[in-house]
Amino acid sequence: MNTALFYALIGAGLIGMGLQSLVLTPNIMRKIIALNIMGNGVFLILVSTSKRLLGMAHPEPDPVPQAMVLTGVVVAVSATALALALLRRYYEATGNLVLPEDSPEWGIEEMPPAMASYLENVDDDDEH
Amino acid sequence: MLDERDYRFASTGTRWLVTAGAFVFTGALAWAILSLPSEGPGLQGEVESRLAESGVDSRVTAVLLNFRAYDTFLEVVVLLVAIMGLRAIRLGSEESLVKETEFSPLLLEFVRFLVPIMIILSGYLLWAGSKYPGGAFQAGAVLGAAGVLLLLSERFRVGSIGPLMERGLLALGVVVFGLAGLLCIAWGGVFLEYPEGSAKAFIIAIESAAAISIAATFVVLFAGRSLSDPNDAVLHDESGRHR
Repeated sequence: MNTALFYALIGAGLIGMGLQSLVLTPNIMRKIIALNIMGNGVFLILVSTSKRLLGMAHPEPDPVPQAMVLTGVVVAVSATALALALLRRYYEATGNLVLPEDSPEWGIEEMPPAMASYLENVDDDDEH
Repeated sequence: MLDERDYRFASTGTRWLVTAGAFVFTGALAWAILSLPSEGPGLQGEVESRLAESGVDSRVTAVLLNFRAYDTFLEVVVLLVAIMGLRAIRLGSEESLVKETEFSPLLLEFVRFLVPIMIILSGYLLWAGSKYPGGAFQAGAVLGAAGVLLLLSERFRVGSIGPLMERGLLALGVVVFGLAGLLCIAWGGVFLEYPEGSAKAFIIAIESAAAISIAATFVVLFAGRSLSDPNDAVLHDESGRHR
C-alpha cells in the first residue's frame, strides 16, 4: 500500500463519518461541520488519486484534480460561511438551533419566546 | 437556548441502521478506490505538452488560469455571490456583531509584528505561483488571514473603509478577470483565450486582482457583516417588526 492510497482510504472514512453525523445529529451547526468533513474527504480522495501514476511514464501527478480541489476548497469555505450566516439568522429569528421537525413537540407556551413570536408573525403574514 | 437533551434524537434502532449504512457506504467507496487501475490516462501528458504555451511553469497554475480559466472565473463569481447572499441574509437582522473586548498588549504587539510578514508572504506566494506551488488562492488566503487578525484585534475597525472601497475590493477580481476575457475577444480570440505570447501578463494581472478580492471576501465572510457600514444590523421599522 502506498501513501496516496492510504490518504484516499482516509478520505473514504471521512466521508462515512460525515454522512453518519449529517443524518443523525439534529443540531444544524453540527450538520454544517459534518458536511465540511465529507467535503474534505472528497478533496482528499481527489488529490491522492491524482498521484496514482507516480513512478510511471509521467513523473508529475495529474495537475487537473489538484486545480479542481484548490477551486473546491475556496468554494467550500465561502459556502460554509454562507450556511453559518443563515444559521445565525435562523437562531436570531427562532431562538432554536434545530429545524422544527427535529424539535420536541411544543405547545406554543412551552416554546422559546423568540420562536413563538416568530411563528405568530409568520401566521400574520400568511393571512394578508 | 435549547438544551442538547431537548432535541428529538433518533431512536437507537435508527442510529444503528444509519451507522451501518455509513459503514457500507465507506466500504463501497474504499472498494472503488482500491479497484482503480494503477495506471490510467491522466491529463498530465496533455498538460505537459502544452505547458510551454501557457505562459507559466507551474502546472497547477497553468490549469487554473489558462487551460481551465473559465472554471476559475466562475469560482471568483461564486465568491462574490456568497457575499451578496450574506448581505441579503443580514437584512433585517438586529444582531450587531460588534463586540467590545479587552486585548492583551502581547496580542496587539504580536499582530503588529505578524501582519507585515503575512503581507510579504502573500506577495511572494502570488509571484511564486507562476513557477512553484502558489498563486492567487494561496496568496488571497494568507492576505485574508492577515485581515482577520487585524479585525480580531480591532486594529481594523468596522467603518474605517467606505462602502465604495469595500465593494470595489470585493468585485475587483471578477471585474479584472471579466475584462481580461473581453480583451481576448477584442484581440480576435475567444473568451479567456489569451493572445499568443502575452499569456503570462494576463495571468499575473488576473491573479493579483483575484488575490485581493479573495482576501477581502474572506474577511467580510469572517466578519459576517458589511465592513463599511457600522449600522449594518439596525434595520427595523417603528413597530419593531422585521422589514
